[in-house]
Amino acid sequence: MSLYVTELRRLGKRRLTRLLLVLLLLGLATVATAFSFSSHQLSKEVVAAAQVESDAQYQRAVEDWKKTVADCDAAKARGDQNTEDRYGPNCGRDWQPQPEMFDPKWNLPYQFDFRAEFPTFIAVFAGAVALFAFIVGASYVGAEWSTGGMMNLLLWRPKRLAVLGTKLAALLTTVLGVSLVLGAFWTFAFWLIGRYRGTTAKVTAGVWRSIGLDGLRAVGLILLVGAVAFALASLGRHTAMALGAAVAVFAISEIGIRIAVNVLSVPFGDRYVLSTYAQSWFMKQVELFDYDTCQFAKGACEPAKLVVTWQQSALVLGVGAAAVLIGAFWSMRRRDIS
Amino acid sequence: MSAVLEIEGLRKTYRSRKRGVRHALDGFDMRVEAGQVHGFLGPNGSGKTTTLRTLLGLIRPNGGRMAILGQELPQALPAVAGQVGAIVESPQFFPHFSARDTLGLLAQAGELPRQRVDEVLELVGLRDRAGERVKTYSLGMKQRLAVASALLKNPKLLILDEPANGLDPGGIREMRGLMRDLATAGMTVVLSSHILGEIQLICDSVTIISLGRRVAFGPVDEVLAAHSQGAVRVRLEAVTDLPQAAETLTRAGIRVTAEPDHLMLAGVDKPAAVSRVLAEQGLYVSELTPVAVDLESVFLELTATAPVPGQHRQVDQSMKVGEPGSGATTGGWGA
Ligand SMILES: Nc1ncnc2c1ncn2[C@@H]1O[C@H](COP(=O)(O)OP(=O)(O)OP(=O)(O)O)[C@@H](O)[C@H]1O
Ligand SMILES: [Mg+2]
Repeated sequence: MSLYVTELRRLGKRRLTRLLLVLLLLGLATVATAFSFSSHQLSKEVVAAAQVESDAQYQRAVEDWKKTVADCDAAKARGDQNTEDRYGPNCGRDWQPQPEMFDPKWNLPYQFDFRAEFPTFIAVFAGAVALFAFIVGASYVGAEWSTGGMMNLLLWRPKRLAVLGTKLAALLTTVLGVSLVLGAFWTFAFWLIGRYRGTTAKVTAGVWRSIGLDGLRAVGLILLVGAVAFALASLGRHTAMALGAAVAVFAISEIGIRIAVNVLSVPFGDRYVLSTYAQSWFMKQVELFDYDTCQFAKGACEPAKLVVTWQQSALVLGVGAAAVLIGAFWSMRRRDIS
Repeated sequence: MSAVLEIEGLRKTYRSRKRGVRHALDGFDMRVEAGQVHGFLGPNGSGKTTTLRTLLGLIRPNGGRMAILGQELPQALPAVAGQVGAIVESPQFFPHFSARDTLGLLAQAGELPRQRVDEVLELVGLRDRAGERVKTYSLGMKQRLAVASALLKNPKLLILDEPANGLDPGGIREMRGLMRDLATAGMTVVLSSHILGEIQLICDSVTIISLGRRVAFGPVDEVLAAHSQGAVRVRLEAVTDLPQAAETLTRAGIRVTAEPDHLMLAGVDKPAAVSRVLAEQGLYVSELTPVAVDLESVFLELTATAPVPGQHRQVDQSMKVGEPGSGATTGGWGA
């Protein structure tokens, strides 16, 4: 217990943790603030103004049309032969503008719809906090290894697995706390944007529950990223190892495998790409299509479809994370420390 | 007297695909009695740090037996860790924390009262600089911090691997006093160092290691006495005759070290024999003195690491005991 509290303190004392936390706060605040300016609530006045504007546009169009027809008639009267080419048949009389062509909707400013759009912002939040979790998780244990802090600690607490486990627990607690607190602020901020500069219409209890579930999945992913970064840095005994591994996995999975499955024209190649699973974890499912099964010459066609569900994502991501974590603990148990 | 530290037949083998196996510890034995200050000596790469790391559970041995305070290691390590304070070879600390934070975190992890931090900071002379980041410390200040971290637990056994590394003369003398005080207060100290004058001054007993095996051990005066027999200084009337004399004596089976104006002989049973051998060659002795050797010369002798003019000794070129003929020299001083 004392070790756990110590590790929480150590993590909180780190400059990088504090710096990144500030950056994260600033980043999230900037996104929310900037976004709040781009959204405008559709008050009665705004709607009325839009109506007035589209009425005016309609009037202007009708006048233009009348003038054109008049010009055409005048030209005809002068004996002009090619009015058909310039004004169309019948001097364009049939092309009178219609009122429904000027929908006031098009003159409305963008309005943020909390119910429909907030889930996207949960993903944005998860991405930012996951990055935070990755860097903090990797550097926390990586710096301990590379500066000899781990060795010092093991002279006090010779139980290696307990020490590494406690550090991991301290990291995950911290990341969880940061996610929950910032997540609450994030939700509140966007609810405010919706309430005062957009709409929070149709936000029922069911919608809140679904938002809550999205949030939980986001927190799950953030913790997973933090734990994987921690395990990688501990395996490599250096912060840079985690960053290197992340870059390598990204390059192999997102670029290498993509190219390979394209060249080999593997059906549903994207199911071998890691980001598909991250995506479906958030979107609940991702649909992959195989257009090669279509012969468009024979007309329209339903391409073959493969659905990647979030449960499958949980399995893939969970197994991957578990493998790295087991590796880290196993190496902690077995390898010499010098 | 009871043994605070016992090591028997400790072996550690490093394997590398390229360079094959290296026996860093090759059946090493060591015993430290309670309340002693024990010097742990050996040439570079002889296995001192490896021994201490193994003892502290940082390295897994390939064989042998270890016990601290009567408890078998590494099984009992969690139980005895609270009574063992240690620094292992140029210890490092997280550079962005201050000394006080560093020690505070260790004290908290070890469930020690906070005021103990200030006590040890005072003890090692870092009180006024304790709030500064370790990154800004000088080598000796880091070393003092390391000693402080080892003392923090108020251990029964204190293990210090080259604690004097980087200390100023005042610091070394202070450290000497500190260790005496600690030993008087009942602490057992194991001290690895290359500063043999220092060891001779503060240690009650020593263990000397070479190539992973013990070459000598025991109380300092006994080790000195056992190996100072037969050390003789010889001066001749004419300095120019020294090379010839050295050759003659070497042929007579005496180990000779040439100095600019005299010869140092080792393994001489009867000094009279020396003067007779030389006189037979027409070389006349002007001085023939049995010398009381210091720890340094005994160390060089035992580990066979004395510099030889015109040769550059490589690490790992030192005394190997237990395998006759394979040593760097054919000396027989193994204990
Ligand atoms: N991780 C390792 N891998 C391979 N060989 C190692 C490793 N650590 C130590 N050794 C080897 O083990 C031997 C003993 O090293 P050790 O550090 O114990 O020496 P030492 O007695 O502390 O020397 P010094 O006086 O220079 O500190 C050396 O030959 C060294 O090269
Ligand atoms: Mg060493």
